[in-house]
Amino acid sequence: MRVLAAMSGGVDSAVAAARAVAAGHEVTGVHLALSAKPGTLRTGARGCCTIEDARDARRAADVLGIPFYVWDFAERFTEEVVDEFVAEYAAGRTPNPCLRCNEKIKFEALLDKAIALGFDAVCTGHYARLATVDGVIELRRSADDGKDQSYVLASLTREQLAHAMFPLGDSTKAQVRVEAAERGLQVAEKPDSHDICFIPDGDTRGFLTRKLGEQPGVLVDDQTGAVLGRHLGVHEFTVGQRKGLGIDAPAPDGRPRYVLSLEPVSGTVRVGAAEKLEVTEIVARRPVTRISFDGPVECVAQVRAHGGLAPAVAELVDGELLVRLREPLSGVAPGQAVAVYREDAAAGDLVLASATISSTR
Amino acid sequence: MAYFDHAATTPMLPEAIEAMTRALSTTGNASSLHTSGRRARRAVEEAREDIADALGTRPSEVIFTSGGTESDNLAVKGIYWARRTSRRRRVVASSVEHHAVLDAVQWLVEHEGAEVTWLEPDGLGRIRPETLRDVLDDDVALVTTMWANNEVGTVNPVRELAALAAARGVPFHTDAVQAVGAVPVDFTESGASALTLTGHKVGGPYGVGVLLLGRDVATTPLLHGGGQERDVRSGTLDVPSIVGMAAAVRHAVEHQASTAASVAALRDELVSSVRRVVPDVAVNGDPVHRLPGNAHLTFPGCEGDSLLMLLDAKGIECSTGSACTAGVAQPSHVLLAMGVDPVLARGSLRFSLGHTSTVAEVRELVEVIGPVVERARSAGIAGLKRLAVGRADNSTTAGRADGSVTAGRADGSVAAGRAGGQATAEV
Repeated sequence: MRVLAAMSGGVDSAVAAARAVAAGHEVTGVHLALSAKPGTLRTGARGCCTIEDARDARRAADVLGIPFYVWDFAERFTEEVVDEFVAEYAAGRTPNPCLRCNEKIKFEALLDKAIALGFDAVCTGHYARLATVDGVIELRRSADDGKDQSYVLASLTREQLAHAMFPLGDSTKAQVRVEAAERGLQVAEKPDSHDICFIPDGDTRGFLTRKLGEQPGVLVDDQTGAVLGRHLGVHEFTVGQRKGLGIDAPAPDGRPRYVLSLEPVSGTVRVGAAEKLEVTEIVARRPVTRISFDGPVECVAQVRAHGGLAPAVAELVDGELLVRLREPLSGVAPGQAVAVYREDAAAGDLVLASATISSTR
Repeated sequence: MAYFDHAATTPMLPEAIEAMTRALSTTGNASSLHTSGRRARRAVEEAREDIADALGTRPSEVIFTSGGTESDNLAVKGIYWARRTSRRRRVVASSVEHHAVLDAVQWLVEHEGAEVTWLEPDGLGRIRPETLRDVLDDDVALVTTMWANNEVGTVNPVRELAALAAARGVPFHTDAVQAVGAVPVDFTESGASALTLTGHKVGGPYGVGVLLLGRDVATTPLLHGGGQERDVRSGTLDVPSIVGMAAAVRHAVEHQASTAASVAALRDELVSSVRRVVPDVAVNGDPVHRLPGNAHLTFPGCEGDSLLMLLDAKGIECSTGSACTAGVAQPSHVLLAMGVDPVLARGSLRFSLGHTSTVAEVRELVEVIGPVVERARSAGIAGLKRLAVGRADNSTTAGRADGSVTAGRADGSVAAGRAGGQATAEV
């Protein structure tokens, strides 16, 4: 097959590309330039994006002996991921930009372009297992529980997954690093990235305030309705957040307070006790069903990228995904995805469906 | 294999390789006083004489540098520094210069109190003499306008431009990196005060260049040290590179007319053949005043990076223009300044031919260009579907808040009223 390997400059995508080469595919490496810094004299120039990552990706491609290019997806990324991220926070929701990037950039903008240019598949370094069984594309958790990324891929359509290649699904991160070193890839020891890539300093709150400005509002006690403090915008908060609420007076019962809900129109942030965060029912919109199921199905629900797991019963009701949790979960934020899996210890949990959380009870 | 990127770098001429190889195996610092030193110095001075002779100037006006970027920086910054007074702080530069000039000028604006007036090209990429005449005044420290454009290949009326500057007593620098060996270049006849050329664009080695600098043009050095090169450019002379460059310049200039004729014929064949296969291809730049080896083509509905990759996979090498450090292809500032639509600008490729180009290479391209464009077009539409929105305005005329940039003058002298591209200073 002709394979386009998306190479971020990290160890995972480098080894994924290497495995695609080793499997006999005709591989071309591409690094996506995603951040634009316009405004220098050179009209349209950027200032410059990800120089080091682009270099690392280029050197990995050199070692693999494959052609390598840098493609500019900055406009699409800004529009589809960054602007959306900001808009979601402004609306009181908590988006997952990595999931969005997979949906709209790697497996839409890039995949469309790759297919049009004659490639058969896009290969990435995601930790997830992909197989076609009796004509059905199955997406499963990675062999490395700690690195599993099936959650941020679960919303991809069948068509998207039909052209996806995840060569690392059966490996652990440790194995991938060893293999990178054996293959002579200089990125073998490169640290993992954790931050949101377009907020490199990790200061999401500062980033949002720069984008959205100040939209003052109040923090309100969920029980009493008492105003406990003021804030500069609901975008500074996430459901389940405990630190940095800026409330001086301790709670009467001395227990920590958490953000329970965000009301962007009135600018109200409701805070209260931990148990008020617990939810047992999730309604999620725009479901993507991986494996068709009729009626309620026993599953494990995951409500954020890391952790947030509970046994549940999932059901499609009026075009929405209804998830009833058998054990309550805390900090379930609207805007995040809920993915539901059929447990399978041997082959890896199988993704049944994914949808965007719209409300909880 | 078909190599259509001679404007980026062209293969070394056998004469240059031979001369340089011989020089590599000799020892001697050209500044040393003993026999070996004198031998090295003699090689440098002979090279200097050859270059002066080939380009119509005196040996004393040949300053060896590390290449085009250094020569441009030395001319722009050095002449500005030497001429700057409280009332003379303006640099007049064309907006379609190579970044070695653009960014040097911009740096002077940001750090050295300079003001800049950008000269806008016409739709063919040419800087018209009247555009320069209208902005010249006593406060101008330097005018800089390239001899020939590195992207679209347009050749400027350098003599007329230089004469206008000279009439005002303003030094005129021209970046002739693309011009030397491609069109007749005579420094004295041109009337320029300073002229940039570089080794690897004329069939010489990388890493060596020349600034032709009039003896009476005051220039503050960028590099201080041993006082080599008239005290304008210190640093131990790179004897083998200088010898190699001189051999290349000598050969390229000697054979300029015949090379230009055969290269232009090939280029014309390339353009007409591509047009037969892709009828809506557009040729950018000036059809008459043009470098012989340059074909700058726009393929509507395509993205340049798609075309480049597909052609590369077929063994055909060309350029999308400049790329940033990370390797991202940039929409060309030259095309934008010429008024080309930003989305169309992204679908442009530069094919540049040179002394090794052959009919077989052109045929190779013509054989594959049809399917490649068709394929890129289907991808280009996907890649661009959201792009057209919100990118309409690349034409902002930006002065800085502190008023230090005169980007266009009130009398409208700087190509006023054109939609496509008042180049800007940084906002």
